[in-house]
Amino acid sequence: MPVELILNVVLSGVLTGLVYGLMALGLSVIFGVVRVVNFAHGELMTLSMYGAVAMFQRFGLDPLLSLPALALCFFGLGYALQSLLIQRFVTRPEHSQFMLLLAVAVCLANAQLMLFGPDARNVSVDYQLDSLELGPLLIDVPRLYAGGAALCASLAMFAFFRHSRVGKAIRACADNYRGAQVVGLPIRRLYALTFGLGCACVAVAGCALTLLVDVTPALGPAYTLLGFVIVIVGGLGSMLGALLGGLLIGVSEALAGLLLTPSAKSMVSFGLLILVLLSRPQGLLGRRA
Amino acid sequence: MLLPRSGFQGFIGQSCQKGADLAPGVLRELLGVDIELMNADTETNVDTARTRAERLIQEGAHVLVGAFDSGQTAAVAQVAEQRGVPLIVNIAAAPQITEQGYRFVFRNFQTAPEIVKNGLSLIGDLLSSTGAEPKSAVFMHVNDTFGQAMAKGILATLPGLTQLPLRLADTISYDPAAKDLTVEVSRAKAAKADLLLLVCRLNDAILLRREMVKQRWQPMGVLSPGSPGMYEQQFIQALGKHAEHCISNVPWYNPKAELTRRVEQAFLRQNPKDRLVFHGLNVGFTFEAVLVAADAFRRAQSVDPRALAEAIRQTHIESKMMLGAPIKFNAKGQVEGIGSACVQNLNQMPRVVLPAAAAEAKPVFPMPGYKA
Amino acid sequence: MSARQAALGLGALALLGFPQLAGAYALSLATLVLYLATTGQAWNLMMGFAGQLSLGHALYVGIGAYSAGALFFHFGIGPWIGVWVAIACSLSVALLLGGLAFRFGISGVYFALLTIAFAEFTRVAFDHSDWLGGPGGMFLEVGQRDHWDLVHFRGPPSLYYYAALGLALGTLGLCTWLSRGRAGYYWRAIREDEAAAQALGIDTFRWKLLAVLASSAISATSGVFLAFYQNNLFPEQVFHISRSIEILLGPVIGGVGTLLGPIFGSLLLTLLSDGATELLGALGWELPGTKQVLYGLALLCVVVFLPNGVWPALYQAWGRRRPRLPP
Repeated sequence: MPVELILNVVLSGVLTGLVYGLMALGLSVIFGVVRVVNFAHGELMTLSMYGAVAMFQRFGLDPLLSLPALALCFFGLGYALQSLLIQRFVTRPEHSQFMLLLAVAVCLANAQLMLFGPDARNVSVDYQLDSLELGPLLIDVPRLYAGGAALCASLAMFAFFRHSRVGKAIRACADNYRGAQVVGLPIRRLYALTFGLGCACVAVAGCALTLLVDVTPALGPAYTLLGFVIVIVGGLGSMLGALLGGLLIGVSEALAGLLLTPSAKSMVSFGLLILVLLSRPQGLLGRRA
Repeated sequence: MLLPRSGFQGFIGQSCQKGADLAPGVLRELLGVDIELMNADTETNVDTARTRAERLIQEGAHVLVGAFDSGQTAAVAQVAEQRGVPLIVNIAAAPQITEQGYRFVFRNFQTAPEIVKNGLSLIGDLLSSTGAEPKSAVFMHVNDTFGQAMAKGILATLPGLTQLPLRLADTISYDPAAKDLTVEVSRAKAAKADLLLLVCRLNDAILLRREMVKQRWQPMGVLSPGSPGMYEQQFIQALGKHAEHCISNVPWYNPKAELTRRVEQAFLRQNPKDRLVFHGLNVGFTFEAVLVAADAFRRAQSVDPRALAEAIRQTHIESKMMLGAPIKFNAKGQVEGIGSACVQNLNQMPRVVLPAAAAEAKPVFPMPGYKA
Repeated sequence: MSARQAALGLGALALLGFPQLAGAYALSLATLVLYLATTGQAWNLMMGFAGQLSLGHALYVGIGAYSAGALFFHFGIGPWIGVWVAIACSLSVALLLGGLAFRFGISGVYFALLTIAFAEFTRVAFDHSDWLGGPGGMFLEVGQRDHWDLVHFRGPPSLYYYAALGLALGTLGLCTWLSRGRAGYYWRAIREDEAAAQALGIDTFRWKLLAVLASSAISATSGVFLAFYQNNLFPEQVFHISRSIEILLGPVIGGVGTLLGPIFGSLLLTLLSDGATELLGALGWELPGTKQVLYGLALLCVVVFLPNGVWPALYQAWGRRRPRLPP
C-alpha cells in the first residue's frame, strides 16, 4: 500500500473528523450540562444544511459566509426549544426524553421532506472541485475550508467555556448541580443558553458539512448516531474529548475503508463504541461521573 | 399503483408516478380503454407496502402495479397471490420475485442476472465499435440489495467473457448510506486501472464522480454495466461538464419507436419543465406495466381479476416502448428478452449510442481527458 | 355475571371472530397490531419492569427471524423447531450484551447506546454475510396460501392473525405471571433504586440479566413469526434503528411498566397512522411527509401531556372508583 495513499486518506479523515468533532461538541455540551439525550441532533444539522443551501440559492452566499447568521438563528432556536419544551423533561426518565426528542426529530425530518422534497440538494461553490497539490498530498479545498471553519468554531467554544463568566457558570452547573443551586446560578437560563450554544455548534457544523455532502431529509439519524459514538468515545463532559473523538473516528473510518471492505467501515465505529463503553465508559478524556 | 413516494426512495417513486399519470390519456387514444389509477404510497417500508396493497384490493383495484423496490415488491406479490389479483411489476430486479411459483405475479423488467449479462455484452460492443482496448478495470459497487446482486453476477460472468479481456484490478464495495467516499476513490485510483466499472445509485454516483475530479483521476471510461445514477437528471445537473461521457448500460426505451414518441408528447404536456429522457427507465417501464394491464382488459372484456390474470398471461405486445423482444410472459410470469442500451451522457443529456439500430448518437470512448 | 366479565367475554368473542367479521385490509392491520403488541410487551419487560432502556431491540427480533429463516431456507426445517433455535441464538446474544454491560456497570443512557451499537454492528455484519443472504435478502419459499398448514406455518392471512393473537395473549399471560411473582417485585425494586435493592440483598446482576434474557426470548419468537409472515428478510430493514424505535413506540405511548399499555399503545399508533393516511387521502393532500409530521406531532402531544402513557390516563379516568396505579 503506497505511503502517499495512506497519507492522503488520513489527511481527509482528519479534516472530515474536525467537522464531525464540532457536531459532537454541540452534543457533548448539551448532554454534559443539561443531561438530555438529544436525539434530534442530526435533524437539527440537516435543517442547518438546508438553511445554507437556501441561502446559497437565494443570495448566492457561500455556506461559510451564511455561517454567522445561521449560527445566531439556531442559537435562538435552541434557546426556545429548551425553555419551552425540553425544560420540563429534565427530571423525567430517560425514555421520556428520548421519545420527546424523537418526536421532534420525526417532525423536523418530515417537515424538511415536505418543504424541500426528497431530492439531494447541494451547493456548488466556485472552489467545489478544486484541490491543492503539496508534494504527494492532494488536499481537497472545500474539505480544507470546512475543517478550518470547524476548528475555529471549536476553539471559540473552548475559549468561551474556559474564560468567560457565563461559560464557567455553565460548567459549574454540569459539575455540581446542587452546588450551582446553592451559589444561586440561574440554572434554567443557563440550560437554555447551553442548548442554544449546542445548536449553534450544530449549525456551524452543518454549514461546513454542506461543502462536503449533499443534504437529504433522511440524513439526520446517521449523524445523530455518529455524534453519540464520538461523544462516548471522546468522553462525556470533555469538549476536547469530543474534538479528539471526532478526529479519531474520522481517521479510523478512513483507514478502515482503506484496509477492510469500505462497506463495513461503520462496524469499526460501532465496535469502538462497544469497546469503550465496556472498558472505559467515561471515554478517553472524560471523568468518571 | 404502489410506489414509494416518501421515505428515502421517494424521488424514484415520484419519477415512476409520472409514467403512471400519463398512461390513461395515451392508452385511451391507443387502445380505446379507460383506466382509472388508484395510487398508494409504500413509504419505502415493507409493512406499509403490504397493508396498502390489501387496502387497494379492498377498495376495488383490479390490477396492482409496483413497487420499484424488491423487498416491497415481494411483500405486495404475496398479497396479490393470496388474493388472486394480478400484480405487474414495473421495476424490481431480484430474480426471486418470479421464482416463487406465483401465478398472479408478472414482471416486465430484467432480472439482475439479465441486466448484468446485457450490460457486459454491451461493453463488449462498445469496445469493438470504438476500437479501444482497456486492459484492466476496477469495479466499485454499492453494498445493498441491488448492488450485491449485480456484483455477484458481474464477478461470475466477467472472467468467462473471452471477448472482453479485462483484468479485474480491485473490487471495492461501499456503503450506500456513506456520505464520504474519499477513501473508496483513493483506493480505486491506486489500483491504476484503465476502466472504472460502477454499480451505483444516484447519490453515491454524484459523490464518486466529484471525488474523482478532486483526486484528479481520469480513467478511460466510467461505465455502469447496469445501474441507475449516471443518466439521471440530478447527476447531470450536479456535475455539469463532469457528467459528460459517463456511460450506463441499462434497460431503456427505443428512441425511434412510435410509442415512445406518443409517450414523450404526453409527458411534455403533463410536465412541461421536464424531459422524458431523464426519467427514461422509470417512466417507460411504469407506463408499459399499465399498458399491459389495459391491453389485458381490452382482450378479457371483464374486470374479474382471474380473467385479467389469464389475459395477461396471453399478452403479446409487439409495438412497445422499451428496447427488446415483444412483451410476452413466460411460464414464470417473466418477460424474456428485454433489451438494454448503452446510454452515454452527451451534451448534458443521456443519449442512446448502442445498439446501432436505435442509436441517437455515436459513442465517445475513451473519455476525452484520459491520459494513458 | 358482572359487567366486567361480560365485557371481557364479548371482547374475547370479537377477537376470535375478527377474521370473519373484518375485511382483508383490517385483518392485515390487526395482525400488525398484534405483532407490535408482542414485541412491545417484550421491550416493556426490560424497560417497564426492570428499568433498562433498550434502543436496539430489533437485534433480538432480527436474530430470531434470521435463525429460523436460515434453518428453513438452507435445511427446510420448519418453524416449530426453528423457534427453539431462534430463542437459543437470541439468548446467547442477550447473555453477551447483558452480561458484559451489567458486569461493567453500564446503565442508563450508556446502556441504551450500547444496545444501539450492538444492533448496528449486527446489521452491517449481516449485510456482509452471504450465507444469510446479505443485502440481497433472504427469501423464504412460500408453499401455498390456501389451507392451514401448521407444520410449515403457511396458510391464509387468518392463520397469521390467530398466531399473532396467540403470541400477544401468551406474552400478556407470561408478563402478568412474572410481574405478580418474585421476579416482578425484584425488578420493580431495581427499577426504582438499584442501590437500595442491592442493599436489601437482591442480586441485581442476576435479575437484570434475567430481564434481558426473558425480553430477548419473547422478541426472538416474535421474530420467527415475522420471518414466516413476511417471507423476506433484509438486514437493512430487519435490524434498522427505525425498527427498534417502532418496537418501543407502542409501550411508551401506551404506558411503560403497565401490562396492557403496550397492547393499547400498538393499537392506538396503528390506528393513528392509518387514520392520518385516510384523512390526508380524503383531503386530497398528497405531499409526501405530511403524514409523518402529523404522526410526530401526535407523539409529541402524548409525550408532553400524558407522560405516563395513554392507558394509565384512560384507566384512571374510567375506573373512578378504583384509581389505583397499574403495577
